[in-house]
Parts: sequence; C-alpha cells; structure tokens
Amino acid sequence: MIPKVPLDKQIKKAVNGDEATAYAAKQSLVDVVAAYPITPQTIIVEKFSEFVANGEVYTEFVPVESEHSAMSAVIGAAAAGARAFTATASQGLALMLENLYIASALRLPLVLVVANRALSAPINIHCDHSDAMMMRDAGWVQIFAENTQEAYDTTIQAFKIAEDPEVQLPVAVNLDGFILSHTLEDIYMLPDEEVQKFLGGYRKPVKTYVDYLGKEVEVKLDPSNPISIGPLDLYDYYFEHKVPQAVAMEKVKEVVKRVNEEWFELSGRKYGDGVIDAWGVEDADVVVAVLGSTSGTVRYVAKELRKEGKKVGVLRIRLFRPFPFDEVRDLLKEVKVVGVMDRALSFGSFGPSFLEISTALQGIRNSPLMVNYIYGLGGRDVPPSHVKQVFNELEEIMKSGEVGKRLRFLGVRER
Amino acid sequence: MGDKSSVKEPRGWKSLPLGALPYRLSLDYKTGDWRALKPVIDYGKCVNCMLCWLYCPDSAILWDGKKVFMNYDYCKGCGICSDVCPTKAIKMVPEGE
Repeated sequence: MIPKVPLDKQIKKAVNGDEATAYAAKQSLVDVVAAYPITPQTIIVEKFSEFVANGEVYTEFVPVESEHSAMSAVIGAAAAGARAFTATASQGLALMLENLYIASALRLPLVLVVANRALSAPINIHCDHSDAMMMRDAGWVQIFAENTQEAYDTTIQAFKIAEDPEVQLPVAVNLDGFILSHTLEDIYMLPDEEVQKFLGGYRKPVKTYVDYLGKEVEVKLDPSNPISIGPLDLYDYYFEHKVPQAVAMEKVKEVVKRVNEEWFELSGRKYGDGVIDAWGVEDADVVVAVLGSTSGTVRYVAKELRKEGKKVGVLRIRLFRPFPFDEVRDLLKEVKVVGVMDRALSFGSFGPSFLEISTALQGIRNSPLMVNYIYGLGGRDVPPSHVKQVFNELEEIMKSGEVGKRLRFLGVRER
Repeated sequence: MGDKSSVKEPRGWKSLPLGALPYRLSLDYKTGDWRALKPVIDYGKCVNCMLCWLYCPDSAILWDGKKVFMNYDYCKGCGICSDVCPTKAIKMVPEGE
C-alpha cells in the first residue's frame, strides 16, 4: 500500500527522541506549552522554546518555576479550551503527581511526554520506568514508544487520542531516557499541513449539557457560559464523578487502534495493532513481554534464536494504560512460558507489567508459566547476552515444568 | 436555578455532565450557616468606597446602585470586609446577638 504521503514527500531529518517529540508538538497546533526542564527531557523544552523565540509557532510558552506549576498551568489552559502540552521526567513527574489526578478527573485532553528516568534515591538520571509506573493509577492513557520515529508519530497521535470525543483523557507518551531521548536517529516527519489535517486543526472542546444553563455548552471556562470546573464533591457525588473515568478508559483501546490505522494510511507507519506489537508469538512456546526500547534488543535475540529453530516470540506492550487484557490473553493463551521483563519494581510485589499480564491470563486452563525479570534499573545496560539468558531460562522452565523463583533480577551483581 | 426534584433523587453517573462538572449551581448551597461572626454595616459611617464589595471572597456583598449590602445566605463571616473598611463601618457581631 502506498501511503497518502509517500516517503519522498516526507521530511527526513536526523533528530534525537526529545527533538522528535518537540517537532511533533510544533506541528500539532499547540496553543499552550508550560514546562520546566529536567534531564533527560530538557531538550524538548529547549527545542520548543526555540520555536517560540523564532516565531515558528503561535504557542504561548509559560516558563514556570516547577513541574507542579507546569502541570497546573496546562490544566488551566486546557480548561480554557486550549490544546496544551508539557514534558517531564522522574522527580519532575513525581512533583506533578497530585495534578495528574486532577487533569484526568477533569477530562482534560493534555499531552505529556515523559523521558523515562529512574527515581531518587540514589539520584540517577538514566532510564528506567519507575517514573511512568508511579502514575499508572492517575487515570492517564500511557503509551510507550520503542524508537525515535515512534516517539514522533505517537506524540501526534496522542493529541488525536486524547481529544477523541469518546475519550477526553490526558495521554502520556513515554520514551526511554537517553536511550531514545538523546540518541540521534534518522526519522521521517510529515509536512505541517498533513499533521494539522490529521488532527482536524485546532482543538475543539466537546459539548456537555449543563442544567443550570439549560443548554449544551463547550466544556471550557467561558464567561458567556460560566461553569465551575472541579468544585467540592463529598460522599454524595464523588463516586458518580469517578466512574465515568473508568468508562472512558474502556473506549481508549479502540481509538488507539483506529488512530494507528489512520496514521498508517497517511504515513505508511504503524505499530502492531496500536496497543500491542507482537513478533513471532502465534506459534511460540516461549514469549518475552517487554515495554519500550528494550523491545528492539529482545526482538533481535528472538530472531537469532528462531534461526536455531527455537520457537520464541516477543510481545511488546505499546499501550500500558488502559492495559490491553483481552489482546494479551488471546496472544499468550497457547504459550507455554512467558517471561515478563519490567524496568520498574513495585517493592514488596512484582514488576508492574508482570502483575497486569498475570491478571490477563488468570482463569485460563493450563495458563502459561510465568517469570518476572526486573532489568535495567537506573539505566543498567541490557545487552543481547542478558536477553539470551532470559530465553535460555524460560526454555529450561518449559522443559522442567518448574518455575522456581518468580522474581528475578537481570544483570545485577550478586555477592 | 437548581433542580429541586433532583435533591430528593440524586442522579447516577450516566446523567452527569462531562468532566466532574456540577449539574447544580453553587448558589444552591447556602453557606451562611457556617458563620460565627456576622458583619453589620453602620451606614452612618459608610462612604460607599466599595472596598468590602471588592474584597469579599464569596461575592456575598452586593451593590444596589446606591449602597452596599450583605447577602447573609452566603457570607461565611470571615471578616475581611470589616478589616478592609477604611471608616470602620463594618462590625463583626457574634451570631445570635
């Protein structure tokens, strides 16, 4: 299939992951950006403020004094009807946390790029997914990109997903700190007007019926149709105001899949079905599930093992919230052993993806044996040899039928 | 202004507006009964400067075109009006006196 915008009409440019998302935001007619710099996200803010200084965008750029303010400012902007964007990482995301819950509950379609970085202490600037997993209950849609190209594509898609009338939820686009954020890659970008057409121009707030105004009004702070956003609720209505968030989440998967297809028709690029990018899973005995950039390494090793005749597969989870339980269940139900690689740990429990996938497979007769590998904390490198070790151990489990230790640490020194 | 019938039969989530918007005006919630001290204006001293009207955080001080007056349905008795009054025309009187 020839995409609507063939590659020779796309713009080829060498950018790092941060720049890729900044360019994506630039093309997405963002009205307001409020952000505070933090490694490894800094380049996004830097690059975007350059666009503003050069007059390349009409965006209002708010250089705030903290991430708490950054999230507050974009919440205010989105509540006023603007398309708003911000980016952060690690401690910055931690500082935003209380406002993340507010953004989703107010159903504000913000886009946030997270350049994934470990949380203190000890202080560390390198990649793991602890920051993203800290916000997994905040009511945000969470998508993990595998490479720089995907980070660009996903940031544009994120606006479309967030602003879908059925969704109206904030979206976090995750890219691995340094591994993607700072690594130069050739990517293809669409011309500005194609991105703008894809998004349908500027943001149009959805309408809702407000009794005391006696009519449908756009959900935005507008003096001619005054509404209060997010005032006090007690035991009388709080619960009723939370359920719609869960219901909106149920609609997200289909929208992500549809946007993935629309993007494919436009650009020629798609990422699995949008929620899961599976490789070799159909006839696999052993599968490794993983998020983010490590997927590339795992796929490389899996391809090598396939050459040796080993039936191995890779399940890359692209959409982490809402979690694609049905898709995971369908893909993994015939598999014998599943190794889940997590770049974060819920201390006292397991890695977050392991918990989700266990839930997805719960209740299946002869469900796959499962092991959880915690890897790459604080940016610890994951070479193919480590992934090969994982596949070898999974194969042993398949042969013996015994799982042994379910929580394992990969690439960590003992003694 | 406020759907009285819905007070008896609270709504389910399906019939609420999007995004945690309330479906009733906050005017339905009369917060005047939180008050312990009540501001009382001595019109003999009032010079119509309207500082109290400007400073009232609850918009519970109104202007009828000639003078300011209190809306005791919503005044929580914070005392800011009394504090900002340049002629000491607003006294805080304990409720019930």
